[in-house]
Amino acid sequence: MSKAMEPDLQNPLGRTSGQAAKEWSHPSNHWLRGFVLDNRASLGTLAVFIVMMAVFIAANPTVFTTWYLYSSVLTTLPVALFVVVPLVFVVTCGEIDLSFPATMGFASWVFALVVQAGYDPFLGIAAALVTGTLLGFLVGSLVVYGGLSSLIATLGMNFLLRGLIQIINEGKSTALTNLADSWAYAIFSSQLWGIPVQIFWAVAFVVFAALLYNRHRFGAQVKVVGDNPDSAKQMGIDVKLVRVKVFVFTGIGAAIAGTFSVMINFTWWPTAGDGYLLPVLASVFVGGTPTWGGIGTVVGGAIGAVTVSFIQTGVVAAGLSGFYVQFFNGLIIILSLLGHKWNQARYR
Amino acid sequence: MGERIIELRDIKKSYGQVYALGGVNLSVDRGEVVGLIGDNGAGKSTLIKILSGVVKPTSGDILVRGKPVSGWSAARSRDAGIETVFQDRALAVQQTIVRNIFMGRELTGFLGWLKVNKEIAEASRLMREIGFTSKVFTPHSIVGQLSGGERQGVAIARAIYKQAELIILDEPTTALSLTETAKVFHFVRQVRASGRSILFIGHNIHHVFDIADRFVVLDRGKVALTADRSEVKSAEELINFMEDVAHPGGLPGLHEGAEQGA
Repeated sequence: MSKAMEPDLQNPLGRTSGQAAKEWSHPSNHWLRGFVLDNRASLGTLAVFIVMMAVFIAANPTVFTTWYLYSSVLTTLPVALFVVVPLVFVVTCGEIDLSFPATMGFASWVFALVVQAGYDPFLGIAAALVTGTLLGFLVGSLVVYGGLSSLIATLGMNFLLRGLIQIINEGKSTALTNLADSWAYAIFSSQLWGIPVQIFWAVAFVVFAALLYNRHRFGAQVKVVGDNPDSAKQMGIDVKLVRVKVFVFTGIGAAIAGTFSVMINFTWWPTAGDGYLLPVLASVFVGGTPTWGGIGTVVGGAIGAVTVSFIQTGVVAAGLSGFYVQFFNGLIIILSLLGHKWNQARYR
Repeated sequence: MGERIIELRDIKKSYGQVYALGGVNLSVDRGEVVGLIGDNGAGKSTLIKILSGVVKPTSGDILVRGKPVSGWSAARSRDAGIETVFQDRALAVQQTIVRNIFMGRELTGFLGWLKVNKEIAEASRLMREIGFTSKVFTPHSIVGQLSGGERQGVAIARAIYKQAELIILDEPTTALSLTETAKVFHFVRQVRASGRSILFIGHNIHHVFDIADRFVVLDRGKVALTADRSEVKSAEELINFMEDVAHPGGLPGLHEGAEQGA
């Protein structure tokens, strides 16, 4: 018990003792210390990333000073970011969503169909977003109102949706040759000052989502629901609706990610999105969002995605054979988890 | 007595074949402290959950300020000016004090964006008002770092924020130190003095006897006794009554032992 809480039997509320009139004060009022304490998870992830890059650069300085290496990472990284960020919300809410790769494939398929039919790509993007929203709602409703385990139900939906794509397309891809001349391509997939323009959109998305997480009612309720769903319910929060919303958010993110991946390649494959499942999940946890729900970090998740996408490029560029990639993937994930475990306390 | 804040009429609640409440009538008037007592399994928790909207009754009517309500829910209950401090405090322990105080009632502006500065200012004011201040914690402190009494303070601060007309305190003195219990009692008197009402649920009949204007004894899902303070001479009388209700035949030697348990 703190000093101020000690007995004052004459006046339990401390009204006239002057105690209550004092303003709040942090143990350390220095802004930098407060900043570090509030952002310890994402700063830890950043430290992991910096150390990893330092090792890579020391191993092969010439490759790591060429722009091409970064340019290729910056082209594919945004696709991952658009799903990592909503997944931070899902995990914070105490759920998991393994159906996003199929949602990516499904939404980008709709995009490809619309563009192939000769409509403007903007219309295709709108159609993809609607598809992502509906699929997110479907998956969320199944988990929440069907009362299913999100781990198993979303895994099932991933197979089911991917299966539908395979049945209808019979493995055939769709080439979108007229995409390169469109306005949509120029805005979403070209280069600006030699930098792939996707990364600007992805960064804007991360900033928006970080604000949503920390400065919006949605983020506040997601955290409370993940922390203590019973209390949230007792305080009048529609817990089920909040849960459905995080799945819808993931559906929208997956639709954007899928569309961007098609625009990079000018081609839609029936497997679009499949390769993102494990790297994206790893990014969320490498980023410092714990598995138990209630807390998390959007910026940390984004840094986690950067880390994970540099592992593959970095290992090869550092002069090691491709066989080392998986080993280093695992090493970074385990080291990050150990670091976060030490860095974070779990309150009950 | 003043206006009737809430009235329950013939409330029944069954879980499958088991009746938790078998037709309960209960009302709380403005400015009164009602003490609700009853043994384990008497139906106290179910009654609180119905009042706070967490659980819907199987049958019966709920009237708020004389008007019957429909679509009763936790959000409706709070909107009607009923706040509950649950026994387990209903806090999200990994969140800050601010987030807990405004849980389900976030202060938002344009398109649902939080008014962060206003929330902090209001949280500071509330915590000062009820005397739960300390140099060690701030509105940004994580609730998991606080002691039991301090957590109770956060739960109470949340309950008084919207000038609730009825505050339900479910076992508010359980697991609190003497000083912290004194604070809770002081708070109850303060609320009554401001013309608002309290429903005080307690295991400790001496505590309830000290604070309440009216007693309601619940037994096996039914109201066994409603008595004004003037009708009851001592806490022992209440305890004896409860034992008589629980064991109508009377168990020899039980009355002597009861005082230690209370």
